[in-house]
Amino acid sequence: MNHSAVSSKSTLGQQWQEFWFYFSVSKTAVAGLVFLVLVVFVALFADVISPHEPAEQYRQFAKLPPAWKEGGQMQFFLGTDYAGRDMLSRIIHGSRLSLLAGSIVVILSLSIGVLLGLIAGYRGGWLEILIMRVMDTIMAVPGLLLALVLVAILGPGLLNAMVAIAITYTPYFVRLTRASTLSELNRDYVTASKMTGASSTRLMFVSILPNCMAPVIVQGTLSFSTAILDTAALGFLGMGAQAPTPEWGTLIAENRDLILNAPWTVTFPGIAILLAVLAINLVGDGLRDALDPKLKRS
Amino acid sequence: MKQQLIKARNLHKYYAVKSGYLQPAQSLKALAGASFDLYEGKTLAVVGESGCGKSTLARLLTMIEEPTSGQLSIDNIDVAETTEKSIKKQLRQTVQMVFQDPFGSLNPRQKIGNIIQEPLIINTNFSANERHQQVLEMMELVGLRNEHFQRYPHMFSGGQRQRIAIARALILKPKVVILDEPVSALDVSIQAQVINLLIELQQELGLAYVFISHDLSVVRHISDQVMVMYLGKPVEQGPNKAVFNNPQHPYTQALLSATPQADVEGKRQRIKLTGELPSPIDPPSGCAFNPRCQYADKNCQLHEPVMELYGDSRVSCLAVAQQRIGQLKAS
Repeated sequence: MNHSAVSSKSTLGQQWQEFWFYFSVSKTAVAGLVFLVLVVFVALFADVISPHEPAEQYRQFAKLPPAWKEGGQMQFFLGTDYAGRDMLSRIIHGSRLSLLAGSIVVILSLSIGVLLGLIAGYRGGWLEILIMRVMDTIMAVPGLLLALVLVAILGPGLLNAMVAIAITYTPYFVRLTRASTLSELNRDYVTASKMTGASSTRLMFVSILPNCMAPVIVQGTLSFSTAILDTAALGFLGMGAQAPTPEWGTLIAENRDLILNAPWTVTFPGIAILLAVLAINLVGDGLRDALDPKLKRS
Repeated sequence: MKQQLIKARNLHKYYAVKSGYLQPAQSLKALAGASFDLYEGKTLAVVGESGCGKSTLARLLTMIEEPTSGQLSIDNIDVAETTEKSIKKQLRQTVQMVFQDPFGSLNPRQKIGNIIQEPLIINTNFSANERHQQVLEMMELVGLRNEHFQRYPHMFSGGQRQRIAIARALILKPKVVILDEPVSALDVSIQAQVINLLIELQQELGLAYVFISHDLSVVRHISDQVMVMYLGKPVEQGPNKAVFNNPQHPYTQALLSATPQADVEGKRQRIKLTGELPSPIDPPSGCAFNPRCQYADKNCQLHEPVMELYGDSRVSCLAVAQQRIGQLKAS
């Protein structure tokens, strides 16, 4: 880990150069990154890009097929749903919510997980046992089921769904950080800091933590995609974002009755989820390869 | 009279080893009675094979761990009796350490400048500018250039890394530096540079070294006093010349005979030790060295030898006491 790409060159620019060198080895990762950048761009400028307001109902155009199908209209490129709302606009606005959900879930679970893992690994003893057994318990319950239970307790809504999903993801970060902490803890540079009288906080956050981050970053990226997927799943089950909100999972849920006579209303949100998740996974794999010193060729 | 910096008497360190839930914990005797004195400007070399307690001794001296029993005074302050934090802090500044592996002892994510100034950040109230100045001075002293300040450890060779580690150890102006095999991870050509740097620094700053090593040729070059350890116990200790020219303990003789020498003419008898180093959890009865010693007899299995002065060195061996040993040819 100590020779990993991020630690490498002296200036940030050189660090990026080396990182990019390893990252760009994988063409699929670059493709994923390109698509991801596109999604972020679309999400940021949703108001400008989308042809219609996402909640605007064009009653006379309800259930219009996509533009290239018979009866489709160019102004509703991906067709409309049961209430005549433009699917393309709703998907574009949905990207905002999905990216938001992904980021918040990852930020929450990563920061809590890393903190707990660091404490568990560093302190050891009963505290470690307590933290790790609680995490094992969380992991023992299927993630989505646990999230459902938590949302049922907290009440449905996008924010609660994100918190619930974040809780189900935390154990992975805890385990990862604890494992890295344990392996770093006995290294000489930690002993050297300890010897000069460094406090526990300093040892944990200044000495050890920066050396544990590579696998955590990779796990974070991969969690980002599953978080989007799980938010969509909760939305589909009616426990996440609520009806008029154009969240991808909710979009599928509100149109699922139309799956036979207006299949585009569920297909396109589904494809949006698929592509976003795929892109992030590809980027995550590329990151893992770039950050893992064992896969280094030089 | 030079100032006495370290006084160790009968230091013991046992570690509890759990063998199972139902069995009682066994104790691993990592260090079983080490006594020595270290004076200002002097070098004590601690020699022995892996697992003989050298590194445990280093951990005790740097106060990372506390001895199980025995007395340890640093700078005339008894370590065990000090509870006051400020004095502990002062003691910690008195003793610093350089580690064996320069690739593991420097935080890969910190810049050299930050690595060297970390002890200052923790222990002093200097401003950032003053710290920067001190670090630059220290870097110059150990032969690093100013522009190295902003670089990361992996950009340096082993020898340079060890210089960085030395700079970090010296930045608090310690009186004692523990050198835990400081050159064994380096190329031979670099070893000489680092050793010479250490000797120069010692003369310049009046440092006392505890030089832990298994490389006898290096030890011979740098040390004033030598302590040979076996399985947690010193078996022979004395002045450099006495130990190297007149090794008395069979183990010391075996170690010395194993040191390669560029002397083609001189015929040397090579003493081969058979067997493995016994487990420190369950050491042999009597003299710990008896299963591998060519001079061992029944007495050695029954009685534990004690340190006694023979000539210039103190030796712990029954065979020496009973004069059963032929002297190794001085080489």
